[in-house]
Amino acid sequence: MERILEVKDLRVNFKVRGGTVQAVRGVNFHVNKGETVAIVGESGCGKSVTAQSLMRLVPSPPAVTTGSITFKGEEILMKSLRQMENIRGKEMGMIFQDPMTSLNPTLTIGKQIMEGLVKHQGLSTAAAKQRAVEMLKLVGIPNPESRVNQYPHEFSGGMRQRGMIAIALACNPSLLIADEPTTALDVTVQAQIMNVMKDLQVKFGTSIILITHDLGVVADVADRVIVMYAGKVVESGKTRDIFKNPKHPYTRGLLESVPRLDQKKDEPLIPIHGTPPDLIKPPAGCAFAARCKEAMRVCLPNDPALVSVEGEDHRAACWLNHPLAGEGGESA
Amino acid sequence: MSKGNASAAAPLVKASNGDALIEIHDLNKHFNLGGGQILKAVSDVNLKIGRGETLGVVGESGCGKSTMGRTVMRLYEPTSGNVMFDGKSLYDLKGSEMKAVRRDMQMIFQDPYASLNPRMTITDVIGEALDIHKLAGSRAERKKKVESLLDVVGLNPDHATRYPHEFSGGQRQRIGIARALAVQPKFIIADEPISALDVSIQAQVVNLMQDLQRKMGLTYMFIAHDLSMVKHISDRVAVMYLGRVVELAESSELYANPAHPYTQALLSAIPIPDPDIEAERERIELKGELPSPINPPSGCPFRTRCPLATEKCAKDTPALAEVRKGHFAACHYASV
Repeated sequence: MERILEVKDLRVNFKVRGGTVQAVRGVNFHVNKGETVAIVGESGCGKSVTAQSLMRLVPSPPAVTTGSITFKGEEILMKSLRQMENIRGKEMGMIFQDPMTSLNPTLTIGKQIMEGLVKHQGLSTAAAKQRAVEMLKLVGIPNPESRVNQYPHEFSGGMRQRGMIAIALACNPSLLIADEPTTALDVTVQAQIMNVMKDLQVKFGTSIILITHDLGVVADVADRVIVMYAGKVVESGKTRDIFKNPKHPYTRGLLESVPRLDQKKDEPLIPIHGTPPDLIKPPAGCAFAARCKEAMRVCLPNDPALVSVEGEDHRAACWLNHPLAGEGGESA
Repeated sequence: MSKGNASAAAPLVKASNGDALIEIHDLNKHFNLGGGQILKAVSDVNLKIGRGETLGVVGESGCGKSTMGRTVMRLYEPTSGNVMFDGKSLYDLKGSEMKAVRRDMQMIFQDPYASLNPRMTITDVIGEALDIHKLAGSRAERKKKVESLLDVVGLNPDHATRYPHEFSGGQRQRIGIARALAVQPKFIIADEPISALDVSIQAQVVNLMQDLQRKMGLTYMFIAHDLSMVKHISDRVAVMYLGRVVELAESSELYANPAHPYTQALLSAIPIPDPDIEAERERIELKGELPSPINPPSGCPFRTRCPLATEKCAKDTPALAEVRKGHFAACHYASV
């Protein structure tokens, strides 16, 4: 399978008053052509910063980004800003959580779709406009011929997000990064938007990185899942393995803490106690140890590596997966 | 659960223990937008909430669920209708009578960042409620009460002198709960209390709310758009669409046998965190957009998006009628 993106040892630090926030602490992952990879985790786990780094959207300074991001064989972190402009929108598209604040309120939706087509593909204004109408039709906006001349404030929330998808996919990018694309939307609209994304992926063969905290959405659309906690990948693998055979206590905790609609009898929710660590002073050992019910003595001083576990391409960073871990382990 | 003793036009459902703390009768709340435009946020709502019961209210943005909650709290005056709270006609109360009732009903808000005064310490945020209702005789008593409330909601009482920004979102929501509990209310309306929180923290707050309900015999109205969480916490659930209650049933019954086509679509849209189930599931995709509450469709509010709609639906607004014991739906073609 062709790898279009490979991220190695990505680290992002922010200098702030009182220290350095280590937002991303050595992240490794890859994305194959045509697949959907979900990155899940809670606020502050580094998932959005990771996604923004892929497009070099993290402002530097204050951020210092190190490591390697190879996209279609080229090193993204070595590109000049001008070179990045030719990648953003053309090779990589991005959809943000809040379509109202990420669309330009002073331009029509049509103009915003046409911008990339004229810049990257050298289309004439007339040809770009025609393509904009086609894109709006493709994302399921009724009366695209008149809608193309309307402004974002004339669109509903779901329509705006469709407009964003039309902008992001207009130049047919190889990679679409969707950062919480449906979090601000109602469930019925969310279902519509996810269907639009799935359809377009089949049509164009786009790879998608989906950033979300909604495990239901992940189960619905993702091929593979990356679970992040405190700036690190704690587990990654095929969607089925992550849901059916999670190998990290944090992943298990996330799955146990959400109620399920299909449960017959309501069992009490099992919350994860405590809160994530302060990333100005991240713990020396496993960052989850302080909240982990299964923490052992080894976890506090020693950070476990991301190692292969049962299942194809399934990895987890937890001492419980050590071949010698078991009955005799001493709890912390 | 048995059918209420009200007229056929306004079916009221009795709570399991038969004793209602709140009865909402034909409640309407319209906003005059000027220029002859009227926004009908809440239309003809009839509900009962029993003592110790949790009534979940679900629906999408703009369906009127928050306005309904705020009108029941009398944060808004109703356009018409009546709410009986603990035997008293709420909208007829004046001055000190109303203030006394306010002590019995409290609210927990969605955004724990916006709903706590950033310039007040936690002691004062919680203590203010005690001061208003004169529940603390001395400063020492006030301090002691605040500390015990913090302990009840699982916060460290030593942190009482801190300011809201020193707490995380989940902790702030606990402070909001402590503030609501300070006046020993009977009834709490929680309006999207967990939607601003991370999933691992949501479970902490929901468990706390259930715990407090058991210990203090609280009655809840739990307003949310997260249907899985509403199912988990509620005894009964009301589904709203364009200002109207379109379905009402015990929560397990509603989720197992939704009778209204809107509820069916809503439930099918919720993704389940299980890839095997997701691979098999069929979604009922709703066509089109939510109509404007300024100019709602004639007859049934859902007919413009409903796969079952006929001419009858454009003419007659279906009343909330019992389709099965204790299960009500407002649809001419409700599945039985």
